[in-house]
Amino acid sequence: MSSGGEVPAVVVDGVGMVFNEGTGGEVAALDGIDLTIRAGEFVTLIGPSGCGKSTLLRLIGDLLTPTAGGVSVFDKSAHESRTGQDYGMVFQHAGLFDWRKVKANIELPLELRDWSKTDRNARSAEMLDLVKLDEFGDHYPRQLSGGMQQRVSIARALSFEPRLLLMDEPFGALDEMTREHMQGELLRIWGETGTTVVFVTHSISEAAFLSNRVIVLSPRPGRVHSIIDVDLGERTPDTREDPDFFAAATTIREALRSVGGAE
Amino acid sequence: MIPARTATATKVIRTVVTTALAILVIVVLWEGYKWMGQQTGGNWPGTGIELPVSTDDIIMPHAADIAAELVSDIRDGRSTLPLSVFLLKKAWFTLQEAAIGFFLGSAIGIGLAVLMLRWRVAERGLLPWINVSQTVPLIALAPIIVTWGRNQGMPDIVSISLISTYLTFFPVAVSALRGLQSPDSAHVELMRSYAAPWRTTLFKLRLPAARPYLFPAFKIAATLSVVGAIVGEISIGTKTGLGRAILEFALRYAVWPERLYASVIGAAALGLFVFGMISMAERLVLRRTDEVVA
Ligand SMILES: Nc1ncnc2c1ncn2[C@@H]1O[C@H](COP(=O)(O)OP(=O)(O)O)[C@@H](O)[C@H]1O
Ligand SMILES: [Mg+2]
Repeated sequence: MSSGGEVPAVVVDGVGMVFNEGTGGEVAALDGIDLTIRAGEFVTLIGPSGCGKSTLLRLIGDLLTPTAGGVSVFDKSAHESRTGQDYGMVFQHAGLFDWRKVKANIELPLELRDWSKTDRNARSAEMLDLVKLDEFGDHYPRQLSGGMQQRVSIARALSFEPRLLLMDEPFGALDEMTREHMQGELLRIWGETGTTVVFVTHSISEAAFLSNRVIVLSPRPGRVHSIIDVDLGERTPDTREDPDFFAAATTIREALRSVGGAE
Repeated sequence: MIPARTATATKVIRTVVTTALAILVIVVLWEGYKWMGQQTGGNWPGTGIELPVSTDDIIMPHAADIAAELVSDIRDGRSTLPLSVFLLKKAWFTLQEAAIGFFLGSAIGIGLAVLMLRWRVAERGLLPWINVSQTVPLIALAPIIVTWGRNQGMPDIVSISLISTYLTFFPVAVSALRGLQSPDSAHVELMRSYAAPWRTTLFKLRLPAARPYLFPAFKIAATLSVVGAIVGEISIGTKTGLGRAILEFALRYAVWPERLYASVIGAAALGLFVFGMISMAERLVLRRTDEVVA
């Protein structure tokens, strides 16, 4: 629950999702999900593959409509929030438009908001700086490594200062070293922008390192199994060797074991 | 990296060399086949089975004679000029009809694709008809269009362009639809997450993503537009154009086959020319993303 009367970022209220409802091939993806995410929080969804993490994220983002219950985002319906352009989204694959230069990719959401060219230029320069790609604005996505592309994708999602950032396994396709680097960058950016993040992963260490809270989902149909608070203070590279970090990871691992998921 | 200008020069040289080689190969095969046929009296070597194409000088004139025909003089109205120049003049006329047909057909093709993309019902309703349209023989359709056009008081060049349009819209419509549907769901969802209206998604995502699908279709359409214009000219009985030249030379084929072959070469050259123009446009438009792989 929100403290001090402040508006929660996300309230998921009794949400259920059945795909292909009313046909022979019904899939119950989610059932009875209740969840409240505070503004400024970094929350991770973890669970075995197919347990409905992406579905839940897409419901919050109004890319899907729940078959039961409702989602509100900053006191508005998810639909109002999407049409009000409150969301930034990052997917597993950077999903850049390869006919646009890096700069133009970052400016895409700004174009859709009718920003002037000057403002767009200024903002994309700022964002390139934020993700440390200052020299690559005039490159095309294909000239960049996977990790760099994913950083552009994050810059694109943050360029218009969305109130809510939804990320679906954004680092899933990266190698371990790049991944850890990106996690550090993401936390730095999160600290600088103060946005709310809902992050999907199936990596235990990623969940432990990034989040304030970890939501463990159990499969078929997806339900909230447990919610684990992670309090590691300010993250640094040393955090990964901190006993508290291992303890958090162990708690998450045990929860995952009991729902039948492995790392 | 190779500097861009050197790369372009290399490409031009390569194209010229391959074209020359291709022509050489065709000439060698042509003359070789002809020579073989004349050695065996028109049969497959060592058998009594007849060759599929007769090798006499009417059916297959010597390549050199065809080439000589291209530089020999022909009367055009009151003046006399080499056949190649004559064909070039006629081709210029045909090119204009083909160009109208190409641009009109491409616009209609893209328009239909957008309609089919927007309304699935339209796709289900239109696509079969678009396919059926191409099974109507052009020879049957051309007189209908021409007669209709004359009744409407349209100049013949418009009717011919319409016949050309009829051929060109088809490959463009089919490829454009595929191209417009090509963005993966992540891209479409991204636009949805921005609450981008359908039109914006069309212009910012689907149309740019369709370009690699469109250019191959444009190349086919450009070649077809020439075919359409020539067939249109023949069936309409215009006074000028490549089609007219081909028709005249065809009537005198039995006595002067080299001329017909020369005019066919002219038609092929025109087809290659428009194909080349589209290829160049493609390179200009798509280069930005292609050549940059570091
Ligand atoms: N569009 C869809 N149509 C039918 N079933 C779907 C669809 N999307 C997801 N599902 C099903 O819902 C379940 C949860 O999927 P998903 O949310 O992608 O899981 P996760 O992201 O946790 O791996 C799976 O059983 C999946 O097959
Ligand atoms: Mg998923």
